[in-house]
Amino acid sequence: MPKQAKPDQQPDGCEDILMSLHDLALRFRGQTNDVIDRISLTVKRGEVLCVVGESGCGKSVTAMALMGLLPTEFAKISSGILGIQATRLDLSKVTMPTAMRGNDIAMIFQEPMTSLNPSFTIGNQIIEAILQHSAGSRTDAQARALHMLQRVGIANPEQRLSEFPHQLSGGMRQRVMIAMALANDPKILIADEPTTALDVTIQAQILDLIRDLSDETGMGTIMITHDLGVVAEIADTVAVMYGGQVVERGAVAEVFNDPQHPYTIGLMSAMPQLDKPGGKLATVPGTVPSVANMPEGCRFRTRCVFATQRCQVRPPLSNTTQGHDVACHYAPIEANLSVAL
Amino acid sequence: MLPFLFRRILIALPTIVLISIFVFALQKLLPGDPLLVLAGEERDPETLALLREKYRFNDPIWMQYFAWVGNALQGDLGVSLRTNQPVTELMGQKLPVTIQLAVMSMIFALVIGIPAGILSAVKKGTATDYIANLVALSGLSIPNFWLGIMLILLVSVKWQLLPASGYVPLSEDIWQSVRTMLMPSFVLGTALAATLMRHTRSSMLSVMNADYVRTARAKGLAERVVILKHALRNALTPIVTLTALLFGELVAGAVLTEQIFTIPGFGKLIVDAVFNRDYAVVQGVVLVTAAGFIVMNLFADMMYFVLNPRLREQ
Ligand SMILES: Nc1ncnc2c1ncn2[C@@H]1O[C@H](COP(=O)(O)OP(=O)(O)OP(=O)(O)O)[C@@H](O)[C@H]1O
Ligand code: SF4
Ligand SMILES: [Mg+2]
Repeated sequence: MPKQAKPDQQPDGCEDILMSLHDLALRFRGQTNDVIDRISLTVKRGEVLCVVGESGCGKSVTAMALMGLLPTEFAKISSGILGIQATRLDLSKVTMPTAMRGNDIAMIFQEPMTSLNPSFTIGNQIIEAILQHSAGSRTDAQARALHMLQRVGIANPEQRLSEFPHQLSGGMRQRVMIAMALANDPKILIADEPTTALDVTIQAQILDLIRDLSDETGMGTIMITHDLGVVAEIADTVAVMYGGQVVERGAVAEVFNDPQHPYTIGLMSAMPQLDKPGGKLATVPGTVPSVANMPEGCRFRTRCVFATQRCQVRPPLSNTTQGHDVACHYAPIEANLSVAL
Repeated sequence: MLPFLFRRILIALPTIVLISIFVFALQKLLPGDPLLVLAGEERDPETLALLREKYRFNDPIWMQYFAWVGNALQGDLGVSLRTNQPVTELMGQKLPVTIQLAVMSMIFALVIGIPAGILSAVKKGTATDYIANLVALSGLSIPNFWLGIMLILLVSVKWQLLPASGYVPLSEDIWQSVRTMLMPSFVLGTALAATLMRHTRSSMLSVMNADYVRTARAKGLAERVVILKHALRNALTPIVTLTALLFGELVAGAVLTEQIFTIPGFGKLIVDAVFNRDYAVVQGVVLVTAAGFIVMNLFADMMYFVLNPRLREQ
């Protein structure tokens, strides 16, 4: 399986950081408020980062902006530096070049039923992705496609190559999407709610597959979900989003056992019900303001029981403990509460 | 696919029967006695009676119908009341002319309409899109006869580039034949191009936001491949069907254009036949045209199948 030479896997031995996003901000045309407000994320080798948050908080938009899939006539990116190993992209000036898209960073989507082109065979679509980024022959690409289908656990891969998407179940199609995304050994896989549309048992299989592949290959994974059950199952680290901001992030055990942001605390206290499959994050009182009505400062303050005057200034996302960052003026809440009481 | 085709043919058969009854009845209900035309000035009662006998005009109407259908099934559509030529022979002469006109018009329509539709969909909301739509709207609203006459005045009379009228058979001189057909097929083709463009545009727009198009972009494919392979392939299905239907309409709708450019095709045949009350010819032409239309419909359905992998395998 000949592949184009890629930059070395280890730029500067220190941290194994595969991808970093710094201060992504963007708004849709005709809006006066940023829908994504200075989001920063990092993903290390072999890490599964789960991005969680209520519907509409900007998870998909963030992913699409990273991939350069947001049409510039709809969305204006005002800042954001994307680093993928040695490469630096200023997203406010350039979109990701097609040579990187699908090669260094790949993406799978929520809708396996419609994400494959109904008019072309599975083989055609995977081989196309391989040939786009490698100089190899069609035969090599075909062998590679076959190998990838085996690797994602598809039975009868030879036969599947010549089948059309409608001949496969939803779970199978999502496996095909994964095979296609990983065919070029990307450094980063973005998975936007890849299991939401699937049955519970299939969900677990797909999550296991992604976890295994990321352990095996060392690729970094950004898993977008609003299901805390998924986070518990697969994540190394978690970033909690609210209203287009990251409000808390850290190792999954840290954040689950010791949530610091009032929003995260709200989510976690709702956890018992959320243990049930398909449980969603909707139990924090109040509703998310629309983008146009987002308050200045801390965007959560319209729903926060601890909000004060001070919260009209945006709290920075800062360390509470090593590797656990929170964007709240009063974090850690317990300490401040006990002082206040 | 075969059971499907069988079902479609089963539906098509009664349609043809209905059309044949309709065509036959209409002729009989129309005022005017064709035999008066035939008999000429004299109107000699004896001659008239003889003619009535010959053309079975005295039989009950249903017997006339079955005689006509029976003969039609054997490929005999009767003889022209006017020239005594067999109707099938007349049609055999005129049909190739009209088909050549239709094919050339369709080429114009496809070559202009589909790329314009793709372009205006891809550039939706930009000046290109508005201009393409404006041109298409003008194409739809400018009557063919006006465009035809203007072209004749400009291209033939003023610049003397192309012949204004007439027809040279393909078998005689291919180049001359294409040259004489160029203007009429352009006139017919541009009107269809507008229709095709509008349909291609909306069909493209409906697939451009599809998830699989997003997947294609996420793979890092060049935008050209995303549009021309992934989007267009799916947008094309309804366009192919439409093209087959438009082709049927072209054959039927060439009447006016053939008149303007004095092309001796199907259109001219039927117009002359109607003016002369040449029943046999009118019936034959309408029947064959309708049958052709139904066949094109069947073909359109089949193409829909062939292009759609989900339907194909069952
Ligand atoms: N093309 C667009 N034009 C204007 N607003 C948009 C557009 N696409 C998304 N938005 C808005 O951006 C916000 C973030 O949407 P996004 O799809 O990223 O949410 P999400 O976190 O992925 O939610 P979900 O969990 O439902 O997928 C939403 O308020 C949405 O209404
Ligand atoms: S900064 Fe203020 S409003 Fe925001 S979460 Fe902390 S206490 Fe609540
Ligand atoms: Mg989403």
